[in-house]
Amino acid sequence: MTSLLITGAATADGTRGDLYVVDGVFRDPADAGAGVERIDADGLLALPGLVDLHTHLREPGREDAETVDSGTRAAARGGFTCVHAMANTDPVTDTAEAAEYVAALGERDGHCQVVAVGAVTKGLGGEELAELGLMAASKARVRLFSDDGRCVSDSLLMRRALTYVKPFGGLIAQHSQDPRLAGPGACCHESEISGRLGLTGWPSQAESVIVARDVQLAELTDSRLHVCHVSTAESLDVIRWAKRRGIKVTAEATPHHLFLDTPLVEGFDTTFKVNPPLRTSEHLEALREALADGTVDTVGTDHAPHARQDKDHPFDIALPGMLGLEQALAVVMEVMINPGRMDWPTLVDRMSTTPARLGQVAGQGRPIAVGEPANLVLVDPAARAAVDRDASASRSRNNPYHGRDLPDPVVATLWRGDVTYRR
Amino acid sequence: MSQPPTGSPDIEPVRVIIDETELARTVARMAHQILEANRGAANLLLLGIPTRGVCLANRLAALIEQIEGAPVRVGQLDITMYRDDLRRHPTRLVGRTSIPGSIDDAVVVLVDDVLFSGRTIAAAFDALRDLGRPRAVRLAVLVDRGHRELPIAADNVGRSISTAADERVAVRLSEVDGYDRVTIARVKEGQP
Amino acid sequence: MRHLLSTGDLSLTEAEAILDVAEEMQQVQTRPVKKLPTLRGRTIVNMFFEDSTRTRTSFEIAGKWLSADTINVSAKGSSTSKGESLRDTMLTLDAMGVDAFVIRHSSSGAVAQAAGWVRAHVVNAGDGQHEHPTQALLDAYAIRRHFRALGREGWQGKRIAIVGDLLHSRVVRSNVLLQRTLGAEIVLVAPPTLLPTGVESWGCEVTSDFDSVLEGVDVAMMLRVQRERMAGGFFPTAREYADGYGLSLERLNRLKPGAAICHPGPMNRGVEISSEAADAANSLVLDQVAAGVAVRMSVLYHLLGGSDEGETA
Repeated sequence: MTSLLITGAATADGTRGDLYVVDGVFRDPADAGAGVERIDADGLLALPGLVDLHTHLREPGREDAETVDSGTRAAARGGFTCVHAMANTDPVTDTAEAAEYVAALGERDGHCQVVAVGAVTKGLGGEELAELGLMAASKARVRLFSDDGRCVSDSLLMRRALTYVKPFGGLIAQHSQDPRLAGPGACCHESEISGRLGLTGWPSQAESVIVARDVQLAELTDSRLHVCHVSTAESLDVIRWAKRRGIKVTAEATPHHLFLDTPLVEGFDTTFKVNPPLRTSEHLEALREALADGTVDTVGTDHAPHARQDKDHPFDIALPGMLGLEQALAVVMEVMINPGRMDWPTLVDRMSTTPARLGQVAGQGRPIAVGEPANLVLVDPAARAAVDRDASASRSRNNPYHGRDLPDPVVATLWRGDVTYRR
Repeated sequence: MSQPPTGSPDIEPVRVIIDETELARTVARMAHQILEANRGAANLLLLGIPTRGVCLANRLAALIEQIEGAPVRVGQLDITMYRDDLRRHPTRLVGRTSIPGSIDDAVVVLVDDVLFSGRTIAAAFDALRDLGRPRAVRLAVLVDRGHRELPIAADNVGRSISTAADERVAVRLSEVDGYDRVTIARVKEGQP
Repeated sequence: MRHLLSTGDLSLTEAEAILDVAEEMQQVQTRPVKKLPTLRGRTIVNMFFEDSTRTRTSFEIAGKWLSADTINVSAKGSSTSKGESLRDTMLTLDAMGVDAFVIRHSSSGAVAQAAGWVRAHVVNAGDGQHEHPTQALLDAYAIRRHFRALGREGWQGKRIAIVGDLLHSRVVRSNVLLQRTLGAEIVLVAPPTLLPTGVESWGCEVTSDFDSVLEGVDVAMMLRVQRERMAGGFFPTAREYADGYGLSLERLNRLKPGAAICHPGPMNRGVEISSEAADAANSLVLDQVAAGVAVRMSVLYHLLGGSDEGETA
C-alpha cells in the first residue's frame, strides 16, 4: 500500500488543508499514520491534474521528434495527468487496431493517461469516413475524432461525421481552415506583416467561415462540435452566436494563441511557424476575453514537437507547430491569472474539468475530495524562471517561449497517486 | 583661403617644412623639370592619384600650359582596387578614375603628394597595365620621405626629406584643405 | 557591410556609396582589360535554389571581373521539406571556406535564415516574394544616370510608378525600402487583387487607376506579370490586364518628356509593356542589364573588399 501525505496546500477555492493519498485515491488525512511519507506543500496550490484534448505525441511514426514516453514526461512536467493523442501519426489512427495500439503505448510508457483520438476520415484524406464506430467500440474507447492538421472541408462529409457519431456520443473536433482561402503555402497571419515579408497570408476568415459552416451543420444534425485551436476574433463572434442559439459547440484555445503575436515571425524564425498562425494583438485580446467569459471552453496545448531537420527549412516549407505542454499552465497564469482576468477555479474548469468531460475520460477532471482519484498538480503561484528549451523533457526543441521569463508553477504532479514529476 | 590650424591635438610638435610660397615655387620647378625631361609637352599625360595627387596634377598641367601655350592632357587614376593591403583595413572608399583619351603610347606622368613605401605606385603600375600600354611611365612627387619597401624611385621630386618611420608627413592643398602647407610631426605614442 | 539582405538595412551613405562605386565599376566594362585584381583569392558561391539565368550570370561576371573565384551551384529541387534542410546545405558549403554566398531562393526569408547560419558574407539575389536588393540598386543606378544625362539629377521630387503584380513582387519591396532612404516618391499601381495586404502602410501612394497617375510620373517601372496568375484568378485575361495596366503606345505617348521606362525583365511584350515602350529611346531596359554587373561588382566590393572585421571606415 503506497501512501503520501501532502500538508498545507490550498485548493483552487482557497481552502487550506492536508491531502492524504492511499493507493491512488484521496483519503481522510486524519487516518494518516505518523510514519507516512510527506510532501510539505505550504504556500502551494493543489489543483486537479490538467487534461489536454490536443497533444501530438508523434509515436508511432516520428519517434525522433517525440515518443509517448518523452511526450507524457513533458506532460507530467507541465502538470497534466491526461493527454489526448492526435490521430496524425504514421500510420494514422483511423482504425480500432491503431487506436488500441496508441492506448497500449500509453499504458506501457505513459507518465500520464493517454487517450487516443481517432481520425474522422481515412488516412486524414478528407474523402471517406474512418471506422468511427469500431474505434469507439474498441478497448481504446475513442470518443474524440479529429483530422487535426487538416480540415474536414467537404461540407457533406462533415455533416455525415457529425450525424454518425451521435449514437455513441462521439465528438468531432474540427481543424477549421478553408483550404482555398488558406492553402498549403499560407504561413503567416494575413496582415501588414505578411504583406511586407512576402509570406502568403492566412486570413482570419479562412478559419471563421469554416466555424460558421460547422456550427450550422451542428445545428442541422443536432450533434456536438468542438472547434480546435480557435485563433481569431471573427470565429469567437460566430461561436458566441451559436452558443446563444443553443447549438452544442465548444471551443479550445492554445497557450500560444493567447500569448504570442504575429510580429514574432519577422525574423523568419520557424519556431514561430504554427497553424493556425500567430495572430495580431487584437485577436489575442479577444481570445483572452473569450477564455474568461466561457466562449472558449478549454485550453488545448496543440503540443506539436518537430525534429530540427523539419524546422531548418525556409519559412513556407518548414513544418508548422510548437511545443506547449510544459509551459501551458505558466502561459495561462501569465495572461489570465496574474493580470486578474480569471480566477483559479475557472482555470481548473478550462484546463481540467471541461476537457475531461468533453473527452469523456473517467477519473480525470474530478474535484480534490476524499474518495476521488488522486490526480493532482501542486502549483507554486509565485515562482518564475527563464524558459530553457534544452531543459525540456520533450525530444524536440521547438519551444517558442525559450528565453522568456515566465511563471514556473509546477512543483509536483501525481497521476493515480504516483508522483510523475517532482521538481 | 582659410587659415591653417596652429596644431593638432593628436600630433605634435608640428614642423612646417614647406610653406605656401615655397610650395608654389616647388610645383613650378617640377613643371619645368617635367617638360625638360620630356623635351616638350608632346604625348604627355599627367595622371594624379587621388586625393591630393589630383590637385598637384592639375596645378602642374596649368603651369605646363602657361609655359608651352598649349593644353596638356590631365586625368586621375584611382588605385584603391589594386591595393595589396585591402584585407588589412575596413572597406575603403573608391576614388574616381578618369582618363582623357587613351594611355596607349602616351608618356604618363603619375603624380602623387608623398612617396613613402612605394606600394601605391606599384598598384598604379598594375592599374595602368589594365588600361593600355604607355610608351613610358614617369613619377612626380611633391615629397619623397624615404623608407621605400619596393624598388621604386621618382623621376621628379619637389623635396626630399629624411624622416623617422613614426613621423607623419601631411600635405595640405587649398583645393581640399583650404590652404597650402606641408608639415611633419611625430605621431604620439598609441596613435596610428 | 557583412551581408546585403534588404535595402531597408542600407543607410543613405551606404546606398550612395554603392551607387558611386558602381560608376567606377562601369568604367571597367569599357576597358580593354575588364578585370580588377581586387577580390583575388576570394571565393564566391552563387547558390540558385530557383532558376534565374540573367541574375546568376550578372553576379558571375561581377565576381569574375573582380578576380574572385566564382562557382555556380544549382540547388534547384532541394528546397522541399523532404530534402536536405536548408541549414545543412548551407553549413556544408560554408565549411569549405567560401567567402561569400549569393543566394536566390523561391521562399521569402530563406536568404536571411541562411545568413544566420553561415560564417561567410551573404548577398540576397532574390528571396521569394520578399526582396531583391541588387535589382532595386541597379534600378536606382540606371534611373540616376538617365536623369543626370538630362541635367535633372536628384531624387527629391521624382515620382516613380511601380506597376503590376505587387503582391508577388520582391522587386517592389526592395524598391520601396530603397527609395524611402534615397528620397523619391513612389506610386504603386496594381489591380486590387494584386495589392499586398497592408500596402497602405508602406508610405506610398496606392492606386488601381494607372491612367490617373500616368502624366505625373518621372519613371514608369513595369513589373513582369506571371501568366500563372491568371489561373490563380487574380485577373481574367492578359488582354484585360494589358488594357488596364500595360504600358501601351497610347500610354507611352502620354508620359512626361524624358520620363524613363524600366522593366526588370524578362518582358512579356504586349502584356505589361508594348514593344514601342520597351524599345523607346527613354527605355532603360538594357541600361538596367548593363548596370546590373556594375552594381553587383560594387556590392561584392563593399562586402569583400576590406577586412572581415569591422565596418566601412
